Amino acid sequence: MTSPTAYDAAIAGFEPVIGLETHVELSTASKMFCSCSTEFGADANTQVCPVCLGLPGSLPVVNRAAVESTIRMGLALNCRIVPWCRFARKNYFYPDMPKDYQVSQYDEPLCIDGYLDVTVDTDDGPRQFRVEIERVHMEEDTGKLTHAGGATGRIHGADYSLVDYNRAGIPLIEIVTKPVVGTGTLAPLVAKAYVTELRDLMRALGVSDVRMEEGSLRCDVNVSLNRPGDPWGTRSETKNVNSLRSVERAVRSEIERQADVLSSGGRIVQETRHFHEDTGRSTSGRSKEQAEDYRYFPEPDLLPVAPDAAWIDELRATLPELPALKRARLQQEWGISERELQSIVNAGALEQVAAAVAGGVDPAAARKWWTGELHRIASDRDLELADVPVTPAQIARVESLVASGSLNDKLARQVFEGIANGEGDVDGIVAARGLAVVSDDSALLEAIDEALAAQPDVAEKIRGGKVQAAGAIVGAVMKATRGQADAAKVRELLLGRLGVSE
Amino acid sequence: MPSPSEAGLIRQGASVLAHAIAAGEVSAEEVTRAHLDRIAEVDDRVHAFLEVVGESALASAVEVDRARASGEQLGPLAGVPIAVKDVMAMRGVPTTCGSRILEGWRPPYDATVVERLRAAGVVILGKTNMDEFAMGSSTEHSAYGPTRNPWDLERIPGGSGGGSAAALASFEAPLAIGTDTGGSIRQPAAVTGTVGVKPTYGGVSRYGLVALASSLDQAGPCARSVIDAALLHSVIAGHDPRDSTSIDAPVPDVVAAARRADVRGLRIGLVRELTGDGYQAGVSQRFAEAVAILEGLGAQVVEVSCPHFDYALGAYYLILPAEASSNLARFDGMRYGLRVGDDGERSVEDVMSLTREAGFGAEVKRRIMIGTYALSSGYYDAYYGQAQKVRTLITRDFAAAFEQVDVLVSPTTPTTAFRIGEKVDDPLAMYLNDIATIPVNLAGNAAMSLPIGLAPEDGLPVGLQIMAPPMADDRLYLVGAALEAALLDRWGHLLIEEVPSL
Ligand SMILES: [Zn+2]
Repeated sequence: MTSPTAYDAAIAGFEPVIGLETHVELSTASKMFCSCSTEFGADANTQVCPVCLGLPGSLPVVNRAAVESTIRMGLALNCRIVPWCRFARKNYFYPDMPKDYQVSQYDEPLCIDGYLDVTVDTDDGPRQFRVEIERVHMEEDTGKLTHAGGATGRIHGADYSLVDYNRAGIPLIEIVTKPVVGTGTLAPLVAKAYVTELRDLMRALGVSDVRMEEGSLRCDVNVSLNRPGDPWGTRSETKNVNSLRSVERAVRSEIERQADVLSSGGRIVQETRHFHEDTGRSTSGRSKEQAEDYRYFPEPDLLPVAPDAAWIDELRATLPELPALKRARLQQEWGISERELQSIVNAGALEQVAAAVAGGVDPAAARKWWTGELHRIASDRDLELADVPVTPAQIARVESLVASGSLNDKLARQVFEGIANGEGDVDGIVAARGLAVVSDDSALLEAIDEALAAQPDVAEKIRGGKVQAAGAIVGAVMKATRGQADAAKVRELLLGRLGVSE
Repeated sequence: MPSPSEAGLIRQGASVLAHAIAAGEVSAEEVTRAHLDRIAEVDDRVHAFLEVVGESALASAVEVDRARASGEQLGPLAGVPIAVKDVMAMRGVPTTCGSRILEGWRPPYDATVVERLRAAGVVILGKTNMDEFAMGSSTEHSAYGPTRNPWDLERIPGGSGGGSAAALASFEAPLAIGTDTGGSIRQPAAVTGTVGVKPTYGGVSRYGLVALASSLDQAGPCARSVIDAALLHSVIAGHDPRDSTSIDAPVPDVVAAARRADVRGLRIGLVRELTGDGYQAGVSQRFAEAVAILEGLGAQVVEVSCPHFDYALGAYYLILPAEASSNLARFDGMRYGLRVGDDGERSVEDVMSLTREAGFGAEVKRRIMIGTYALSSGYYDAYYGQAQKVRTLITRDFAAAFEQVDVLVSPTTPTTAFRIGEKVDDPLAMYLNDIATIPVNLAGNAAMSLPIGLAPEDGLPVGLQIMAPPMADDRLYLVGAALEAALLDRWGHLLIEEVPSL
C-alpha cells in the first residue's frame, strides 16, 4: 500500500507533470448515431438496431442532442467551439466494436483551448489551480464484454466471452487536458479535484448524470516525472481509472513507481498501464513500440459538423450557474469560511446542504448533518449522498427537536437511520423507537434505585464518600434507559439520592 | 386484343409492361411467371442470379393484381419485375455481396432502395451476381463463379454489376438495380448493350447498400431503354434521413427529360483526356458516329480538356482501398456470416484472421492491404492526403467544363467485352477498364452509359457515356433519350434486339 514516506521521497526528488483524458457517457435519450435507447440496465442486446450493431449496409446519423451537449460542455469549460469539424474513424479489431472501427474525432475536435479552475485543500488553506483543456470531442462507446472462466477476467484465458451491444453507440465525450505542471506534491489532489469539478459541471449542465458505479465516467491518467530544471520525462498512461478516489491513488502510485525506477537508474518506458481498484496499483500493458496504428481518416458516412454562431449563442444562453460561481455565492449567503465550504464540497454535500437551506434549515445545521450523520449513513450503506432519502423538512424537524432538548445528537442519528430504513417520518420514528430524551425524574429515580439494589457494594462505596464509583451506577442507568437519559442529570439525581456531594 | 405471348412478355420494356398491367391486358402474375420461367430456362448458362425469390415475387405480383382489381391507383412501375444486385440488404433474403464471408447472412432489414421498390409495387425477382464486394470489372471475382455476357457466353458481362446487366441482356428481367463506385453500373451496361445510370452522389440513399467505398458508392437504375431507366430512377431517388450524405432537395424530373428527348441548342463537350490511343478502333468509330448524330440533332459539340483526369485512376485506387479496408473490417466472423477456426481453443484474434483468410478472395485482400498501407501513420499524407487533393482538382475540372458545356461525353469503356480469364490475373489491365468512368465517382456528379452500336471488328456492344453536373441528372436523360431515338430511327429497333438468342 501507499507509504507516505515513499511518496514524500518521490516528490522531494522529482516534479510531476500530469494529464487527464476523461470519457463521459452523455445522458441523451438515444444513442450517438441511431435512435436506440440509452437506458442503463436493460437485458443484454435488447437496445440494438442495424446501425449500432454495425450490420452491413447500415449508416450512422448524428444525434443533434449529443452535439448540443458537447458544445455546452465546451462552453462551460471556456473552450472555443470550432466552426467546422469532422468525425473520424479509429480503426482496430476488437469484438466489442461492431464495425471494428470507432467513430470518433481525431485532428478536428469540436471544442478546443479551454480551462477549468479547481481548488484543493492544503495546510495553508484552499489553493486554486488552472487546468488547461486541450480539447473536447465526441465519439461512440463500445459494447461491453464479459469474460467467463479463466483466472484473469481478461479476454486472454477466458473460456468464452459474452458481448452486450446495448452500450455500443452510446454517446461519449472525451475531455483532454493539456499537461498540468507546477502542482508538486498536490498532483494527486489536483487530479482528483479536476475530475470532481468536471463531474459537478456535467451534472449542473445536465449533459450527464455521471453514474460512476455504472462506468459512465472513465479516466486515463498520464504521469511523467522530471528532476527540477530538467525537461519533462517520459510519460505513462494509466487506463481503467474509474472513481474519484482511484484518480488520486493512480497518480500517487504512478509517481512513486516512476520515482523508484528513476532513482535506481532505470528508464521509464512509454506505455499503457492498467489500474487495479483492489490494490490501488497498476500493471504494465502494451508499450508504445507495440502500439496500434489506428489509421484515422475522416468518416465518409457523416457530414461535417458546422455549428453556426447563432446556434452557439443559443446554447450559451442555456448554461446554468456554473459550480464555481455557485459555490462562491453560497459561501457568502451562508456566511461560512472558505474552509467550511470546502469541507461541504469534499463531503460531496453541496447540493444537499443547499436544498436543506432552501427548505428552511439553518445553514450551520444543514452543514452539520449532511457532512456528519447523513454522510456516515451514506458511506455505511454504500450510497451516494443524493440517494439518502432524507428531506429538508425532516432535517428541519430533527433540528427543532434537538434545539428544544427533546432529542440529543445520538438519538437524532437513530432518527435518520430510521428514515433511511423507510420506517416513516421523524415524529413517528421518535414515538415508535421511544427515542425522546428521558427527563422525568421519577422514571430516572426508579432506574437509579434498581441499579443501586443490583450493586449494593458500589452503593456502599459511594455512601462512604467514594464519589468516583458513581460512574458504574450512571452507566447501568444509561444502559437501562438505552441512552435516552441525560448522563449529567442521572449523576446529579444519584448523588442526591445517596445524600453525598462532589 | 390478344394477350402477349410469354416470349413476347420478356422482351417488352418496363414502361410497356407497366402500361399493359395497369390496363389489365396482362396480369402482374403472368409477367412475373414469364420472367421466372426465363430465368429457369437460361440462367444456368448466364449465371446472372445468386438467389431467385420466386415465391415472394409471385406474392408481390398477386398483390399488385389485387390492388388493381380493387381500383387502387398503381405506380408507374407497378407489377414490373426487377433484379437487385446482391449488395443491397433485403430482409430475410441471403445477401452475400459475392463473397464467401457473408455466406448465410440474412439481413433483418431492407435497404431504402428495396423499401422504395416494394412501396412502388415493383416485383423483386432475386439477387444478382457481382464481383466480390463490388471489386472488379468482370464479375470474375465473385466467389460464386462468373456471370457470362449474353452477347457471347465466353466473354465477361462487365463488373462489378455484371449480374444485373446480364439479367437485362438475357431478358431475365426488364429492370435491375446496380451500384457504381468507379463504373460498376456503366461499364457492364456498355459491354452488354444496356442502359445504366450513376445518379449524383447523394441522389439515391445508400442505406442498406453494403459499402465498398462510402464516398464513391452510388446505387442507380439499369434498364434496356432510357425511359425505363428514368422511371426506375424516379422510384428509387430522393432524400433519406437515414443516409446523412443523401441530398435533401427535389429529384430532377428525369422522366420528363426522357420524354422530351431534345438536344437542340445544347452544348456538348468531348473530353480530350477520355479519347485517343487507349481506345479500341470500333469503340472510337461508334463514338464519333454518335457524336455526329447529336450534332445532327442540333447540339453544339466542342472539345474540352479536363487535365487532372489523367491522375484519376491513381487517386481512385488509393481512396477506394482506404475506405474499403475500414468498411470491410466488420467482416470478422464474430456476429454474422462465415466463422472459421472456432474450435474452443483458438483466440478471438486467430478466429478473426482465419475467417478473413478463408472468407475473402484475392482481389479483396489486395485492396484491403493497399488501403491499410495508404492510411498508415507516416504514409497517410503521401497517399490518402494526396489522393484527396487530386479529387478536388478533378471536381474543379468538371466545374470548369460545365461552365462551357451542358454535358460531357466520352466512350464508356476503352474496349468491348473481353474474354473470361483474359485479364483476371492482371489487376492493372483490369483497373484500366474504368479509366473513363472513375472521374465522375471522384467528383460526385451524374453519368449514364447507353448503347451506340456494335464494334465492327468483334460485333460487340459499345457504350457512350454522358456526364452531367451534380443534381442535373435530368440532362443525362434528355441527351440519352434523344440519341436513343435517333438510333432507333436508324436501326428500326433497340440495339439489344440484336443479342443472339441463348
Ligand atoms: Zn441502434
